[in-house]
Amino acid sequence: MNEQKLTLKDLIKSKAQEFGLPRLIITGFLLLLLVLSPIVGADLPTQISNIINRFSWNGILVLAMVPMIHSGCGLNFGLPLGIISGLLGATLSIEFGFEGPVSFIMAALLATPFALVLGSVYGWLLNKIKGGEMMIATYVGFSSVSMMCMMWLLLPYHSPNMVWGMAGKGLRTTISLEGYYTQALASFLQINIGNLTIPTGALLFFALLAFGMWAFLHTKTGTAMTAVGSNPDFARSAGINVDKIRMISVVMSTWLAAIGILVYEQGFGFVQLYMAPFYMALPAVSAILIGGATVNKASIMNVVIGTILFQGIVTMTPTVMNNMIHLDMSEVIRIIVSNGMILYALTRKTEGTR
Amino acid sequence: MEKAPLLEMRNIKKDFNGNQVLSDINITLREGEVIGLCGENGAGKSTLMKILFGADVIRETGGYGGDILINNEKVSFQSPFDAIAAGIGMVHQEFSLIPGFKATENILLNRESKKKSILSDLFSDRLDTLDRNEMNRIAQEAIQQMGVNIDKDMVINDMPVGHKQFTEIARELSKKQLKILILDEPTAVLTEKEAEALLDSIRGMSKRGIAVIFITHRLGEILSVCDRVVTMRDGYVVNETPASETSIPEITSWMVGRDVADTGSSYVTEDIGKDKRTILSIKKLWVDMPGETVRNVNLDVREGEILGIGGLAGQGKLGIPKGIMGLCNAGGEINFDGQDIPLNDPRKCLDASFAFVAEDRRNVGLLLDESLEWNVSFPAMQVQDKYLKKYFGGLIKWRDDEAIKKVTAKYIDELKVKCTSTKQKARELSGGNQQKICLAKAFALNPKLLFVSEPTRGIDVGAKALVLDALKKLNKEQGVTIVMVSSELEELRQTCDRIAIVSGGKVSGILPAGEKLEKFGELMLMNC
Repeated sequence: MNEQKLTLKDLIKSKAQEFGLPRLIITGFLLLLLVLSPIVGADLPTQISNIINRFSWNGILVLAMVPMIHSGCGLNFGLPLGIISGLLGATLSIEFGFEGPVSFIMAALLATPFALVLGSVYGWLLNKIKGGEMMIATYVGFSSVSMMCMMWLLLPYHSPNMVWGMAGKGLRTTISLEGYYTQALASFLQINIGNLTIPTGALLFFALLAFGMWAFLHTKTGTAMTAVGSNPDFARSAGINVDKIRMISVVMSTWLAAIGILVYEQGFGFVQLYMAPFYMALPAVSAILIGGATVNKASIMNVVIGTILFQGIVTMTPTVMNNMIHLDMSEVIRIIVSNGMILYALTRKTEGTR
Repeated sequence: MEKAPLLEMRNIKKDFNGNQVLSDINITLREGEVIGLCGENGAGKSTLMKILFGADVIRETGGYGGDILINNEKVSFQSPFDAIAAGIGMVHQEFSLIPGFKATENILLNRESKKKSILSDLFSDRLDTLDRNEMNRIAQEAIQQMGVNIDKDMVINDMPVGHKQFTEIARELSKKQLKILILDEPTAVLTEKEAEALLDSIRGMSKRGIAVIFITHRLGEILSVCDRVVTMRDGYVVNETPASETSIPEITSWMVGRDVADTGSSYVTEDIGKDKRTILSIKKLWVDMPGETVRNVNLDVREGEILGIGGLAGQGKLGIPKGIMGLCNAGGEINFDGQDIPLNDPRKCLDASFAFVAEDRRNVGLLLDESLEWNVSFPAMQVQDKYLKKYFGGLIKWRDDEAIKKVTAKYIDELKVKCTSTKQKARELSGGNQQKICLAKAFALNPKLLFVSEPTRGIDVGAKALVLDALKKLNKEQGVTIVMVSSELEELRQTCDRIAIVSGGKVSGILPAGEKLEKFGELMLMNC
């Protein structure tokens, strides 16, 4: 009797350990917020649709972390580079006069060559500085954003929907997607039950890419990618071209980021230029870490769980807190959570020595 | 009655995780006596010296058995600091000097002469200033004692290796309490002239009453400077003789010989494969492997044989397979079965049906964080497209987890790997079982030519026999040509047909495995 109790306790303990204390705390916090929200007077279905919506916006950006983690390049702090490719695709699609959902497809197609080229250069750079990837990636992200801040002004865009009204040139900081691809995916098979809205199309699109990623990791090249991340010397001795595999992973990650930002924009309804890409990497990084990934291991499950938890906290805290204490704390809490998780994950890096 | 010896080691025993490395070591050392300690790599010399010097690693692995007495008093050093305080000095094989400091500063590091100043009076003695003149004087004195002239003001970075070695020795000599000096292969990096100077300074020390334990592979030096020679083998002291009564061949046979009068195990005594075809020919191979540089190796491997490559550590034997397999930068010509194999490209070697079991299991040999299935199947999957299901005319190559599981289970069974399941992580296995997985990985490639480096390093006796038998079986049943690199000569003799001895980055000779031990010994020391 006593023994059985002990094993049950052990079982719970080991499950909890597997799930990880930080994740446990965050899940608990999210559940607490969900319970609190009706009490403080916020509408629960609206809150839940909010979480689902934001999941559909951000899911692919988080998924973009997976290939580079698998190949041992660490967390892709250089996400802004892929996002910029996506933005180039988006603005070009509008400039060329595509409208409606077609503009989304064209944006994705136009973004792809940029993602491939920029991703290759980025991959080449990361192959030169093995061991310091994350540091360099961060600066690649920063500098590419600054570079594009100038380019958005200088590139010869003319579409009146995008350029500054007075000067007639240079892109605005925020461009509305009304008439272009706003809700292009989300409205597909959308489900509405009272206040609860489910953007089925966007979720399906995420599922499609996530399945693609899962399938890729089960192929020969995908297996090689995981092995390169796990032990590059082993992979090399097995005849793998380590640099090539790493390059593939970086290009994949950059392309997913480009597609990811387009999906984000179709949900959000606006294209944000200039400094906006700057703020996209850290939430994606912390989401996948909250999901239980480490700097060299990540699964699709980590992506899903992490995005739900992170976006849940981000959407719930403002409403609940504001209703509770009538003071806007949302930004503070979001910053604490996202940066805290990054810090936590990086301190664990030495533990999982490669 | 005789005066009590300065140092006495009684019945020293040491094991690492049940692996006995030292048994019943008894050594005495008198004032001013110089003893030479020789033995093959792994004979236990370094471990013994670490025990004497109170190294942390000994305590962390469970301490040692037996007693150490200094001046008839039992001592037990908790750290090297205790050993230094008791008058033991040690010059390591690797330099422990600060590169950017001058010789003087290195010699007196942490023992600097100091001057009081107002600040140190006010606060603490940590604010004393250095008394450079006094320091220079002490350093100069130590250097003079050594009998070699090195510039006390030269920065370590700018010194030739020999002078670095002398700086280390001077540092030990400058310690006033020094009674016993341990020199661990100090002449390995010295030129002949420098080595001679060092030997002179050892004689000088001995005259001043400092006892010296001198470890070296250059046996000539031992004979010329030591009073006594202690030979170790497999953790035992096998012989202790006054240096004047022995000779190099004699020491060599003590070093390598188990019982020279043979234990009855069967050796291949004659060169039986002369008529066999040469399958791999290595010409002018150089390999840039740190610590194991290969300079100029010419070697022919015959089809279907087991060729052993032996030699002392650091002579380049490990570099040969690493270079051929493209894991270290290399140059030269490799011809396999009439086909030239390009160097520095691991994939080309694997495509030519080579396989390699590296000596460095944990870093190169295994995916420690992945399952055994992955470890066994990965190279075969990547190189030969095994264990894959192909869809759309080979466009998609899907991993066939079923087939992988099956082949892993097969090898686990064949090689008697102890594990909980095929899904267990490689990290969780013991060294011997990890080695078996490395072999399984190579076997899964169905190689024509298999390189094995140090297949039995760090594994227990049972696993050792199993690994060697598996290699022999592969050779006999499937006709796989095997090149086996090992520092254990006995193991090579029992497994191989021929043994090539590498010394100084070159092949110094090839002998049938059953050849007399002295001959191997001579070859090992030829180019050192």
